[in-house]
Amino acid sequence: MVERIPSGTRDVLPDEMRELRLMTDRIRGVFERAGFGEVYTPALEYEATFSRGDGRSAVPEYAAPAYRVFDEQGNVLVLRSDMTVPIARLAATRYTHSEPPLRFSYFAHAYRGVRPQRGQSRELLQAGVELIGAAAPEGTAEALQVLCEALDAAGLETYRVGLGDASLYPSLLEAVGVSPDSRDRILGELVAGDFVGVESELRALGLAADDAELLLRVPRIRGGPDVLEGLTGRVEDAAAGMRAVHALVAPEIAGRIIFDLGLVRSLGYYTGAVFQVYDPAHGVPIGSGGRYDELLAQFGRPLPAVGFALNVERLHIALAGEERGRMAPRER
Amino acid sequence: MSELRIAVPRGTLFEGSLDLLDGLGVDTRGVRENDRRLLFEEVGIITMRPSDVPTYVEAGAADLGITGKDVLLEQSERELYELVDLGFGRCTMVLATVAGEDRAAEALRRLGVMRIATKYPRVAARYFLDTGRQAEIVEVKGSVELAPLTGLVEGIVDLTATGTTLSENGLVVREEIAHCTARLIANPVAHKLKAPAIDAILERVHAV
Repeated sequence: MVERIPSGTRDVLPDEMRELRLMTDRIRGVFERAGFGEVYTPALEYEATFSRGDGRSAVPEYAAPAYRVFDEQGNVLVLRSDMTVPIARLAATRYTHSEPPLRFSYFAHAYRGVRPQRGQSRELLQAGVELIGAAAPEGTAEALQVLCEALDAAGLETYRVGLGDASLYPSLLEAVGVSPDSRDRILGELVAGDFVGVESELRALGLAADDAELLLRVPRIRGGPDVLEGLTGRVEDAAAGMRAVHALVAPEIAGRIIFDLGLVRSLGYYTGAVFQVYDPAHGVPIGSGGRYDELLAQFGRPLPAVGFALNVERLHIALAGEERGRMAPRER
Repeated sequence: MSELRIAVPRGTLFEGSLDLLDGLGVDTRGVRENDRRLLFEEVGIITMRPSDVPTYVEAGAADLGITGKDVLLEQSERELYELVDLGFGRCTMVLATVAGEDRAAEALRRLGVMRIATKYPRVAARYFLDTGRQAEIVEVKGSVELAPLTGLVEGIVDLTATGTTLSENGLVVREEIAHCTARLIANPVAHKLKAPAIDAILERVHAV
């Protein structure tokens, strides 16, 4: 009989481990040179650390803690599902009097629930940074700069970075007077990628024609700087924020950016700019990040912050895909 | 279109999908003439069963896909974009039982639970959960109509276009669960990286 391991987990053998180690060593070099000192936090945290004051999860839905255990005193502990929350806690408690900005990096496993038969990971290795105490747009631009340098160092060539604004669509819905209930439903459809559902929800609301048209059009806007032209009102405000970030990064990084007004991410701690890393060699995003300007306040030290996490395993798949593509350019 | 690869469902949505692609200027003659080949790289088409379309599109093995809303409802956790309601392939997801006295209702009243056969176990489970009724879902792969006629179950949840198959088997629709049509879906990464090509298709779809 073969001893099994839980679905969504795996053993890493030497050939793969060497390749992973090569990638993470290169990325670690970038993080260190950029001043992001590496930290490690416990895999187990108190459940309350991952909840907000109102009892809701502090993290986006896809990163909600999935594994709970009791300690000897009956406290509920969770296996960390994310590194941003533990590092926010670390920054607020260990650096109470340090002058911001604070820069941290990590290479650590996060633990998440999986749906059966989907190839999802219960245990995923993340490589990322958190930049605490640096506001938009400068902080966002610095994070993007480090992100792209890390991807370059890992050896990825054809990646792109989608840049959006988490607050844009919710504030648009609020501005045209959509009720909180409908707002949640529409955002839910948008997070699920159901544009047909968004359209039918909007139609059912009976909005003014130009409001409805705007709400339908905005989430579909994505592309180079030209897509940000001719916008007005709140959309232009968000676009101005994105342009400011775009103007601050090096030209080769600016060329990697895809403006994406439909990038909403699932709720949770994101407040402003959000980003996602794409590579044509892999069908799913290989990393993501964004601003979380309100999370640190929960731990008693209100500071704006931004960070990103790369999924090391997906990065490896994309890298292998790119290499294969370069050897046989016709094969998709 | 050459830049994009689209997953086309064989079966009831096949004709409508190819007609749509004809309207977009894709040469589908080769696809229509050859029902064994699966991959038509020269026109960017791959063919498969409708329930496999989300699998290929989610993984990025196809950039776009056409499939029924019924399939998307059943596989609702997939990470893909549902871009357009294509309007064709209209049908309804229904709860049906044998004509006459409603045996499913009777089972629910007397036994506290009804047995329901379906090819859409998740849609059915969610529907009964949402409507506050206990149901034991029996997943079948073939003709669902057989199940209530043989006493395997009291009712079925299935897709019907005209109702003919149901009535020929002595079944009647008791409740309508959802209206379904063909949808155009996209891989989220392709939607960002190949935006101009995908938007050009959407524009032509709206114009057709």
